[in-house]
Order: sequence, then C-alpha cells, then structure tokens
Amino acid sequence: MMNKRNVQINVEYLTRVEGHGNIVIDVKEGTLQTCRLDVVESPRFFEGILRGRSVFEAQHITSRICGICACGHTLASIQAAEDALGITPTAQTLKLRKLLLHLEFLDSHILHIYLLVAPDLLGVKSFVPLIDTHGKVVRRALRLKKTCNDLCDILVGRHVHPISAVVGGFTKLPSEKDLETMLNMLVGMRPDMEATVELIAALKFPEFERDTEYVGLVSDDGEYPLLTGDLASTDGVRKSKSEYRSITNEFTVPHSSAKHTKLSRESYAVGSLARFNLNYEKLHPKAKELARALGMQPKCINPYLNTAAQLIESIHCLEDAIAIVEGLQQDGIAHDEVMLVGLNEQGRIPVKAGNGVGAVEVPRGVLFHNYEIDGQGVIKNANCIIPTNQNLNNIEHDMEKLVPEILLKDDEQITLALEMLVRAYDPCISCSTHFLDVRFVNR
Amino acid sequence: MKKLKKPKVAFYDFACCEGCQLQVANFGEALLDILSMIDVVEFREAMSEKWEGEIDVAVVEGSITDPHADERIRKIRSRSKALIAYGSCATIGGVNGMKNAFDLDEIRKYVYKSDYKFFPTEKTRAVHQVVKVDYFVNGCPVYPPEFVTVLKAALQGTPYYVPDYPVCVECKMNENICMYDRGVTCLGPVTRAGCNSWCINNGNICYGCRGMVSNPNEKGTMAVIEKYGIPLELIVRKMDMYNKCREQRA
Repeated sequence: MMNKRNVQINVEYLTRVEGHGNIVIDVKEGTLQTCRLDVVESPRFFEGILRGRSVFEAQHITSRICGICACGHTLASIQAAEDALGITPTAQTLKLRKLLLHLEFLDSHILHIYLLVAPDLLGVKSFVPLIDTHGKVVRRALRLKKTCNDLCDILVGRHVHPISAVVGGFTKLPSEKDLETMLNMLVGMRPDMEATVELIAALKFPEFERDTEYVGLVSDDGEYPLLTGDLASTDGVRKSKSEYRSITNEFTVPHSSAKHTKLSRESYAVGSLARFNLNYEKLHPKAKELARALGMQPKCINPYLNTAAQLIESIHCLEDAIAIVEGLQQDGIAHDEVMLVGLNEQGRIPVKAGNGVGAVEVPRGVLFHNYEIDGQGVIKNANCIIPTNQNLNNIEHDMEKLVPEILLKDDEQITLALEMLVRAYDPCISCSTHFLDVRFVNR
Repeated sequence: MKKLKKPKVAFYDFACCEGCQLQVANFGEALLDILSMIDVVEFREAMSEKWEGEIDVAVVEGSITDPHADERIRKIRSRSKALIAYGSCATIGGVNGMKNAFDLDEIRKYVYKSDYKFFPTEKTRAVHQVVKVDYFVNGCPVYPPEFVTVLKAALQGTPYYVPDYPVCVECKMNENICMYDRGVTCLGPVTRAGCNSWCINNGNICYGCRGMVSNPNEKGTMAVIEKYGIPLELIVRKMDMYNKCREQRA
C-alpha cells in the first residue's frame, strides 16, 4: 500500500566548505521517523575575532559576514555600536540609513525571486536554461539587480561592503545631482517591477498551511518598521530589543550542530512573511493593493508565500525609497553632517563603556548584533544571531507537517516540494541553491 | 563553419562571504556578453549544475581554513589549467586571518560553546599558501574592472601584473585630500593599488584589503606616523585586519 511505504530522503550539500547541511527525511511504513534540516553556518568565528578590536571598525569587519546582506550587517553593527556608546543618530542619518536598507531589500528580494524561485515555478533547474527560453525575464532581472547596485554605489560607494556608512553617520553625503540621479533610477525601476509583479502573479505557489508564531520589529508610529523598533510576535509578545536573547531562546538539538530558536510555541519564523503578518497595515498602498491582487492577507500561514511577501515588500521599498529621496530633495542635505571617524583618533565621538544591541530587519528576517565595549571603545564580547538560524526550527516543523500530507506523491515530487519549502525561506542563497543537488534514496 | 569550443570556467568558494562572486551578478546585462564567450560549468552561488572534468579557468574565492578545504583545493588545482585567486580571502587570507591571532580551541569554544567540536578549524591560509596560483585579483570585494582584465588575460594565457605601487598613487590622481591631513590613519601608503582608491574616494580610509606592496616604503611610512604622532601599535593592528596571514609566508 502506498501510504505504508518507506521513504528516505537525503539531500546533502556543502555550505561554504567547512560546514555542511542536509535535509533528512525517514519514513518507515508510512510513519514519519526523522525530519531534520541541518544547516551549518561557515565557521569563520566573527564573534571571536571581534574581541580586542575597536568598535569603530566593527561594521567594516561584520559586513564581511555576508556579501549578500553586507548592508544589513553594516546597519545592525552600527546600531549596536551606537547603542553601546550612547549615540543618537541625526534625522538625516536615519533617512539615509532607511534608504540604504530599502536598496538592500530590493536587491536581495529581486535576486531571490528571479534566481531561485522563478526557475522552480517555471519548471527548470536553474536560471541558466532561462537565458534561452525567457531571455527578456533574465535581462530584466539583471537590469533590476544592476540598478540596485548602481544606486548603492552612489549612496555608500558600493553594495557589497558599503564604504561610507559608519558609526556616527556617513563619510560622504549625496549631492543634489546624486539625489536627482537616484530618483530617476528608482522611478525608472517601476516598469520592470510591474513586469515582475505580472510574472509572479501568473505563477502558482504550492498550497500548504501551518500556523506558527511570526517574529519581527514593530513600532507605534505609522512606518513599516525595518531599521528600528521593538521586538514582537503574532502570539502577542512585545519586548525591547535589549531583551533579544529572551526572544531567540537559543537551544541545541541532538545530532544537529546548528543552534535553534523558539519563543511562545514549538518554533517561530522571521522574514518577509513575518513582517507582512505583523505590519500589513503599514505597507505602502501600492504594496497592499498587490497583496489584495495576490489574495494575501494577514495572518497568512502558507510559508511558500514568503516569496510573494518579498514581492509585496519590494514594491513597498521602491515606493518608500522614492519618497525618502524626494523628501531629502525638499529638505536639502546638511553637508556639515559628513563624518570622518577612522578609529576615532581625534575623539570626535565620546567613548564610554557599554553594552549595545542592534536589531534590524534584513531581507531574511530580524538580525541581531550585540557588543560589549570597554571605556576605550574596545570590544570585549560580541554576539550575532542571523535570521537563517532563527528559521531552521520552523522549517523542520513545516516539513514534519508537510511530508505526511504529500506521501502519496512520487519521490521526485516530494523532494521538490521540500526543496521549494526550504528555498521559500530564502536561507543564505548559496546554501539553498545546493538543495537542487539531491541524493534521493527510497527503500 | 566550425565553432570554436568555449573555454570552461568554474567558480569555487571556500571560507568567505561570497560577495566577490556576487560582484559578477552586478555586471547586469553585460554579464550575458561575458557568458556568451565562456562556458560556466560550475557556479555554486547561482547554478545547480556540477562539473567534475577538466577546467580551463578556475576562479577561487575564500581562504583555506580546514583539512577538507585543503584537500578540495588541491583537487581543483589538479584539473585546472589556470587558477585565479579571487578576492582578499583567497589572495591574502583577508579578514579570516584575524582568527590566527587567537588560540584556535579558545576561539572555537568562545563562539560555539560546548558544540565547538563540531567546528574543526586550522590556521587560515591564502590559496597560494596551499597550491600554485596563476592570477591574483585582490580586494574586499574585488574591483570588477580588474576582474574583467584578469579573466581576459587568463583566457588568452597572457600574464597579469598586479600593481605594486601604493594606493596613494591612485588617490593622488583622484585628487583626494590625504586622510592623514584630515586627522585619521589610512593604510594607503603600504597597500597595493588597483582599486582606484575606492574607499578614500568615498570619504573613508584605506583598510589595506588588497595586501601590502612587495617593498613598502617603511621609512616614509614611519615618517608619516611620527609626524602625526600615531602609535605604531595602532598601525600594526590595522594591518592585521587583512594581512595577518602574511607572516606565514616563507
């Protein structure tokens, strides 16, 4: 009998050489025995190497944790450093940082939607075959990606490892001409984003639901909170960012070397869908309109729709980025706020001992940096918790519910459904592409 | 007409942030022109396809930090006609080198607590400290125009010489005000050029990501740091951010 069968799935891959991760599914006589996702972040020991370094160079170092989320790590790092030092950024600095974060979201979401998800939904193995069959789509993706990159060049020198965003502000500020160029580029993205919406709206996402707890930033103002806010969940938790450890509650699991997290129930999720569920009302009207067109409303509990939430957020970020640049044009840039900090050799920033937390929404979910510094501004202890680790436990619980529901499908379909599920969470891009290389054993 | 066989190019990553590979995606539509000239047989960050055969040009990002990586890079080398070390982690060890200042068991326990045994690690090495490297593309991240130049050279089999003069040369040409005159410490005077003084153009200091020039002007540098009363220790610590693996060179 089909539903009494045995299924064993082993998806093995390498993440960045040192670590490796697997999807392991073991079904015996129709009963799920094992269901595990094991992702190991490449051990490069960033928290360890930060000890003894100046807090003023922390953002330069931690940006190198991830080339894809370099701007996100930079912003979380700066926030933690400023929190420890007791610095309040100026209104202009905050606007420019929010603009940078929007560009990061656009860049990352576009990469994920086009490079990873679209090939699945179009039924091909990767974007390479799409160059011949969907040339226009590939060109549009590369064009959008390059525009985000060029915008970051203007704002912070480059997207991969931004140069000018530092503790205290920016080492360069956009000129009037820069603002005009950025505005034209952003407005110029609208037609390609509309075409992206058409592409994704025509595709069918798998149907699957599991109610879970969604975690992200919230705030009391009208803004969709990405850069600042309190930590909250859809189960009614709300805490200050300084209490982030009581949100993540990290724990280890036997046979897995990656730390897991949980809050009010067995698991929680972070990322676009979490933000959508927590802060739907604050999205830009155009983004809400898209959500309605896609038939999505909070609380949406289909994890495959995280990709759709990314698209909705992309529209929000594009429109809000345009509004920010227009606002900066109106107010004019205060060029005397330009900062040159270096290692704070000149003591331009007052230094004191402290402990600071950065909690910033980055494309894959809320990211935490935490530094303890001494009276000279030297880092004593450092802790970083990345979104992908927070999602691991939730993905495993999704798989536990999903596998029995699709047990009647053939092996290939089960594997694809699992790969697509993991990919929907947009775990670090290099890890997730490896789920395409599958070793499937059915005993 | 018989078509020429396209050269096989593969991208590999070791301990790194994968940002240098991402620079490739940032070429935009020009990427399609590059792709029409070469046959990318493996590129983990973007493709699922795998390749076990001979490679014309291997582009390697990342440092070698564990026994498995050591074995893997040797295998890649043995089936590659040319090998490009791509980005600071590969060319000089980069930020991964900072780990070498610590006792390895201590740092493993600090980061992974009781699970530290799951995370084997060795002292960080640059790629050329393990296997022969034919081309170096320095930078954290790489400077895309330089990568195109090197890729062309590798495909044609012609040499590429990394500039061996300091960033200051490019910085002067770009008419930047010297960072020392602005009161902060910059590693431009001892760092290899080729980035077009990217960071200083954007108002920040040089962090030394491209590695040191082969014959740094020590006297000149000492004169500068003495003139501005900068403690030598500060400079050494800054050098360590990217150049810690350098001391392992024979």
